[in-house]
Amino acid sequence: MVIATPKRIKQIKFGLISPKEFRKMSVTRVITADTYDDDGFPIEMGLMDTKLGVIDPGLRCKTCGGRAGECPGHFGHIELVAPVIHVGFAKLIRKILRATCRKCGALLLEPNQKKKYLEQIKTLRKMGQPIEDIVNEVFKEARKAGTCTYCGEVQQEIKFEKPTTYIENEHKLMPTDIRSRLEKITDEDIEVIGMDPQNARPEWIVLTVLPVPPVTMRPSITLESGQRSEDDLTHKLVDIIRINQRFQENREAGAPQLIIEDLWELLQYHVTTFIDNAVSGVPPARHRSGRPLKTLSQRLKGKEGRFRGSLSGKRVNFSARTVISPDPNLRIFEVGVPLEVAKELTITMNVTPRNLDEVKEYVRRGPDNHPGANYIVRADGRRVKITESNSKELADLVELGWKVDRQIKDGDVVLFNRQPSLHRMSIMAHEIKVLPHKTFRLNPAVCPPYNADFDGDEMNLHVPQTEEARAEAKILMHVQENILSPRFGGPIIGGIHDHISGLFLLTNSKEKINKNDALELLRKSEIRELLEPAGMVDHEPYWTGKQIFSQILPGGLNLQFKAEICEQCEVCKGVDCENDAYVVIRDGILERGTIDEKAIGAFKSVILDKLIKEFNSDIACRFIDDATRLSIRGIMHSGFSFGIDDEYIPPEAQSQIDEVMTQAQDKVEKLISAYLAGELEQLPGRTLTETLEMEIMKELSKARDSTGDIAGRHLGMDNSAVIMARSGARGSMLNLTQMAACVGQQAVRGERIKRGYAGRTLSHFEKGDLGAQAHGFVRASYKSGLSPTEYFFHAIGGREGLVDTAVRTSQSGYLQRRLVNALQDLEVQFDGSVRDTRKMIIQFKYGEDGINPMNSDFSKPEAVRRIIDSVVGVKE
Amino acid sequence: MKEKEPAGREFKPLEHKMVPRHEILNEEELKKILSEYNIEKEQMPKIKEADPAAREIQAKIGDVVRIIRESPTAGKAIFYRLVIA
Ligand SMILES: [Mg+2]
Ligand SMILES: [Zn+2]
Ligand SMILES: [Zn+2]
Ligand SMILES: [Zn+2]
Repeated sequence: MVIATPKRIKQIKFGLISPKEFRKMSVTRVITADTYDDDGFPIEMGLMDTKLGVIDPGLRCKTCGGRAGECPGHFGHIELVAPVIHVGFAKLIRKILRATCRKCGALLLEPNQKKKYLEQIKTLRKMGQPIEDIVNEVFKEARKAGTCTYCGEVQQEIKFEKPTTYIENEHKLMPTDIRSRLEKITDEDIEVIGMDPQNARPEWIVLTVLPVPPVTMRPSITLESGQRSEDDLTHKLVDIIRINQRFQENREAGAPQLIIEDLWELLQYHVTTFIDNAVSGVPPARHRSGRPLKTLSQRLKGKEGRFRGSLSGKRVNFSARTVISPDPNLRIFEVGVPLEVAKELTITMNVTPRNLDEVKEYVRRGPDNHPGANYIVRADGRRVKITESNSKELADLVELGWKVDRQIKDGDVVLFNRQPSLHRMSIMAHEIKVLPHKTFRLNPAVCPPYNADFDGDEMNLHVPQTEEARAEAKILMHVQENILSPRFGGPIIGGIHDHISGLFLLTNSKEKINKNDALELLRKSEIRELLEPAGMVDHEPYWTGKQIFSQILPGGLNLQFKAEICEQCEVCKGVDCENDAYVVIRDGILERGTIDEKAIGAFKSVILDKLIKEFNSDIACRFIDDATRLSIRGIMHSGFSFGIDDEYIPPEAQSQIDEVMTQAQDKVEKLISAYLAGELEQLPGRTLTETLEMEIMKELSKARDSTGDIAGRHLGMDNSAVIMARSGARGSMLNLTQMAACVGQQAVRGERIKRGYAGRTLSHFEKGDLGAQAHGFVRASYKSGLSPTEYFFHAIGGREGLVDTAVRTSQSGYLQRRLVNALQDLEVQFDGSVRDTRKMIIQFKYGEDGINPMNSDFSKPEAVRRIIDSVVGVKE
Repeated sequence: MKEKEPAGREFKPLEHKMVPRHEILNEEELKKILSEYNIEKEQMPKIKEADPAAREIQAKIGDVVRIIRESPTAGKAIFYRLVIA
């Protein structure tokens, strides 16, 4: 194979194509709008002329002799009966017309001014800087002139009507007039307006010849019915040719000026929509079905256009996509792949003396007997499909130098991805595990980096095809190597939801676990020995939850930290914490404290952080596997559920809540009457109304919080929702307050709800009512149920949240695109500096400190303290 | 035109707490930095001559300015910029 060295592009030049050049590059003039004759053969000088290239197999190109697939296609041309404006340059024409003399075509500037601007343009060009600003100044200055200094002609105001109409003195300028004016501009003047007279004469913007794109660019497709369906571009070209012909006939027949102008306008319309079918002010040309045609601009623009859709991003082979579902029994770096998918995706094996027997076995198994092989490529490059019937024969034929596409099997490295791919952990390398059923399976501990859940999310899977790609994936992208996030220097993979609840229940309870249960809890982990029992009950040994958890901790681990459930007491009692919130792990034994989000949760896990930074990712990975499995068994051991009864508040608490609410309501009433009486004390920098609003909001939110506190006192740690909120598994105490006690103020843009009917929010209230209920305060709890007005206000507040998210995602998506485009080629050099492809320095030291944020301690400069601790020993 | 501040109360950019220290590199320092990174002056990040901080230390076009910033993770972070028009 010849490896071509990539060539460096030195220069790109843009310009306009002259009519002469259009004709030169054309292989035929197109005069008839018809495409095929009755025999289905392309008509000569028609839009499908075989000189323009061929798309039907069997035919040969009349220009190059190539068959379909070989012939690249060739341009033709249409001679326009009357010139038309190129929409893409309509604004430029306006500028040029206004800057040049209507009679002699001179640029309306003094000679010395022209010289000055030209020099400026030349220096800017030399420095590779944009000349836009100077050119715009030239146009602005030239427009000011009232008379031509060269011929004395008085200039007229030129009005521009979108998209392609120019009006001078109530008199419409025809493209012919415009073209003849542009022709008069001298080469010297053209340079002053920033154009290149050799490559872009202004009159070339007014089209007299229209190039006809090659047939290969607009292939027709044959429908099942045998009917031909033409490309949108062909449809548009048909329109142009028809009108062009009609125009000519009418003009030759001496039709009245009015009709000629109408036809001219129509020709302009068709050429405009041929170039761009989404010009504002021009009704888009439509297909018979009513669908707007996709013409030249539409092929290039936007997400699905040529640049973003076909060049920067393409569709790929060796990939699969399906719904995901959880499987805590998989290891975190595994991905469960449906058998059907595994049979379809392949890896190419080169047959060598070392793998000959193995390869033969794959081929023998054929395509239906996983893991088998789907194709072989013989030494001469011929591809042969392996079928049930030829697999045995082919297996015997396989020899060195052949290639075999074997099906992927357990242990193969694949890339797994969930969109939107916002950070590098959105694509990670997993090892596959072929499983029955139709979904991709993944350990729920890897949901956070993908931001995945299982409400119908789909994910993509890609199979790397070369040894280099596989090695790179395994070394750089493997899940194990991405447990730490470079965003904040802590673990992003770890326990979520039930993992946290499960281990919390296990390690926080005083339950005595007998041998049977202890072994049951640890069954899925590879631990086969138990610690010394904690004691005996009824002559039976028992173990504590902490001891069971200790079994999955690696020996040699020493840690002390405050758990998530820590109440941040004024003076921390440390090991004597009555909430068991101070965690002490000594030599891999959990001596004190409760395991919760702070210990094993994704984003916060202190244990995982330590394991990766001071042990290795292998041990950390094993720990997550064990922790997820143990936690699921732990939660099943005691059972865990949440229902409407868990929101029950005893009557005495309910009456306390009612009391608080009534008091708050009273206070609000007082504030309002003070306001109305003009006795309200104004806050600095606020109007009186603003002050009132703020005071009311403050009062009501205080009331809501204290109802929450009352509810919280009656819902203790025996309540599932409280366990989840306190341990950090899911939800918050606020959620619980809203369910059990009071939903609280509904806000729009951070203010009470004000809009609605004249003078009031809803017709249920009196005009001018400033009270809490009239402005979106929801006194009820979700359990007690909302009143109709409360329900309505709640819907208003809820809608704001939805709108916000929709707006935010689109904005952040665009921001992301711009950032990625700006930063994608930056590289950290060996000297620690960050440079771009031009070798310009962006940073002298990567991130100011030269530190890989993944290895920093939660982005804090604490490495030194950690080292000291490990040498001196952690103080008790 | 902006009104003149009363004497002794002019705004001094370099004294503002958000403005890091700026200083002009001398010949040897510059040579050392350039060889350390193996670059030409033009490959450095730029600062305008009209930049308030650059004007304050009277940096001229072609000078290289050293900017010393406080950094929460690195302590002191040093940056260089070439003065341009
Ligand atoms: Mg989802
Ligand atoms: Zn051809
Ligand atoms: Zn003139
Ligand atoms: Zn505490």
